[in-house]
Amino acid sequence: MSTSVSPAGTAPAVRDRDDRVRTRSFTSRLLSRPEIGSLIGALAVFVLFAAVAPTFRQASSLATVAYAGSTIGIMAVAVALLMIGGEFDLSAGVVVTTTALTAATFAYQLRLNLWVGVVVSLLVALAVGAFNGWLLMRTGLPSFLITLGTFFMLQGINLGVTKLLTGGVSSSAVSDMDGWDSARAVFASTISIGGVGVRITVFWWILFVAVATWTLLRTRVGNWIFAVGGDSASARAVGVPVKRTKIGLFMTVGFCGWFVGMHQLFSFDSIQSGGGVGQEFIYIIAAVVGGCLLTGGYGSAVGSAIGALIFGMTSLGIVYAGWDANWFKLFLGVMLLLATIVNLVVKNHAAKR
Amino acid sequence: MRIRSRRTTVAAFVAVAAMTVAGCSSSGGRPADEGGDDAAAGVADTPRMEIAMITHAAPGDTFWDIVRSGAEDAAAKDNVELNFQGDPEAGNQVNLVQSAIDSGVDGIAVTLAKADALSPVVQKATEAGIPVVAFNGGFEDWQESGAVGYFGQDEELAGEAAGTRLNEDGATHELCVIQEQGHVGLEARCRGVDNTFNGTSEVLYVTGTDMPSVQQAITSKLQQSPSIDRVVTLGAPFAMTAVQSVDAAGSDAQVVTFDTNSELIGAIQDGDVQWAIDQQPYLQGYLAVDSLWLYNTNGNTIGGGQATLTGPSFIDSTNVDRVAEFAAGGTR
Repeated sequence: MSTSVSPAGTAPAVRDRDDRVRTRSFTSRLLSRPEIGSLIGALAVFVLFAAVAPTFRQASSLATVAYAGSTIGIMAVAVALLMIGGEFDLSAGVVVTTTALTAATFAYQLRLNLWVGVVVSLLVALAVGAFNGWLLMRTGLPSFLITLGTFFMLQGINLGVTKLLTGGVSSSAVSDMDGWDSARAVFASTISIGGVGVRITVFWWILFVAVATWTLLRTRVGNWIFAVGGDSASARAVGVPVKRTKIGLFMTVGFCGWFVGMHQLFSFDSIQSGGGVGQEFIYIIAAVVGGCLLTGGYGSAVGSAIGALIFGMTSLGIVYAGWDANWFKLFLGVMLLLATIVNLVVKNHAAKR
Repeated sequence: MRIRSRRTTVAAFVAVAAMTVAGCSSSGGRPADEGGDDAAAGVADTPRMEIAMITHAAPGDTFWDIVRSGAEDAAAKDNVELNFQGDPEAGNQVNLVQSAIDSGVDGIAVTLAKADALSPVVQKATEAGIPVVAFNGGFEDWQESGAVGYFGQDEELAGEAAGTRLNEDGATHELCVIQEQGHVGLEARCRGVDNTFNGTSEVLYVTGTDMPSVQQAITSKLQQSPSIDRVVTLGAPFAMTAVQSVDAAGSDAQVVTFDTNSELIGAIQDGDVQWAIDQQPYLQGYLAVDSLWLYNTNGNTIGGGQATLTGPSFIDSTNVDRVAEFAAGGTR
């Protein structure tokens, strides 16, 4: 991933938005929202699969698609906030596995209620985020490098500690321990709506996106996030607490990673210590498809949700359509590229008005 | 600000400490007393030798952990210093073999899953006078590369055995789930199943490093093709996930799998998974090390120039209880 990919044509869009004098039509304002391109892309992907795959249109299939969107989207919303704040987190995929392993191993080894493990792993996740943010502010190195370091360190810790404590490379099964049922209800249950089982992560996802959107658009912290991502030196000059904002953003990624990690633990019982590698790029892709700039200062939380949904629809739509599995990755790449290009074209078009 | 954050930290630690005291689990958890060391067998009095075991394993895979424990048990018994390394990238695996040659080890055990890339460096080792045995992968290529033995199963043959078994079970439509697209051994298994299975065969590719997406993909496939009555997974953790997918999709399909681990043995006992094809990974690791020891100390070769097959064998309700005892110790 390279920051030089950021399209030159989008810079005027930002400038246009700052032009406070001009009055603009409703359509022009609508089209200049960061998530509008991805929304059109999502509709196109939806219509395509609804047309070619009859199963895709069933309510139960849509619930599966929403579940696929949620497991990516809960992380993508935090990653989007971080990218708006101008930073990357490459450790976002592995931290999910780290938290799940921590919760399971801590509770198992000390024979405690699983909720103790859940809380301890939350502290670990927040500490990893705080460490990333603190080191970033302390050294001034690019977050790409710092979190790449954390990414490898966590991978090593996941394997090394698990092997040391369990003698194997997956965490011990914990489904017979106290707290399993209540934690499962919170993190991994299925809620029946009109006979269709919807995973609880879908509702959490909607909640997280709503909270993130409200924070971004309606609070002082939201303004800080846009400001530090746009230009952190000027932000600091006008009194924005840059350090606290950035560390907070990394801790938000840690929090969401913890949530997804708990979902995995209470869904799958035993966790493979090598998991999560490569997922960080999918979160970044979802945020970018949803309209975040790789350079920071621009993007939306709703966009990241749409990006995650596009990813879920595409990866499962190919299965529902029964297309040749050998070409899966190619289809996926083409779909994502198309969504991003539609995004770009719409944004440029809106900027020219 | 600083004082407040310190106070929060202290409060958090106190809270955790309090919960740690109050929150004991009445069931489950680590067994109260750990079993003694299992190194009961005697140790050979042959001179200390160094053996490098170099695999194509991705880190953190339960299967390779069993291979490793077999190799370590043999090493402990044979007075061997075992150096276990692995890298899924063929180029990196070649480099690992080369560095083992450079450091002058007494034997190399290598997986030939990517035989074309590995054969030249295996020949180099043989020319340097270091004996090499192949295991797990490379059933067709090990002789050509100059290895002195091979321990593993023929993946396609194992797949064919699974296909035949599915016919006997009366299955009509199977779904073969591949967790790593383009992996030669996994593709061969599904091809083997397709070769002998009389019903419809389909293949589904999933991302093995992301369990929720595996669950979602299998669920969606079962929703799309309700006629699927058997899900064939190619690794134990994926079988456990497939059981959940079957549940989520409201399908009647049964789950069968290649390879095992201790949770999977439990699932066979509970009837969640019908059977597993076992290639005995412990035996592969054990024999690879032991055969190099025999070759170096007594000039023996195992298999009479032919591959030594460690599988396929079936674990099902008839023999699962016996296997379960060993699986709990991490050796099956």
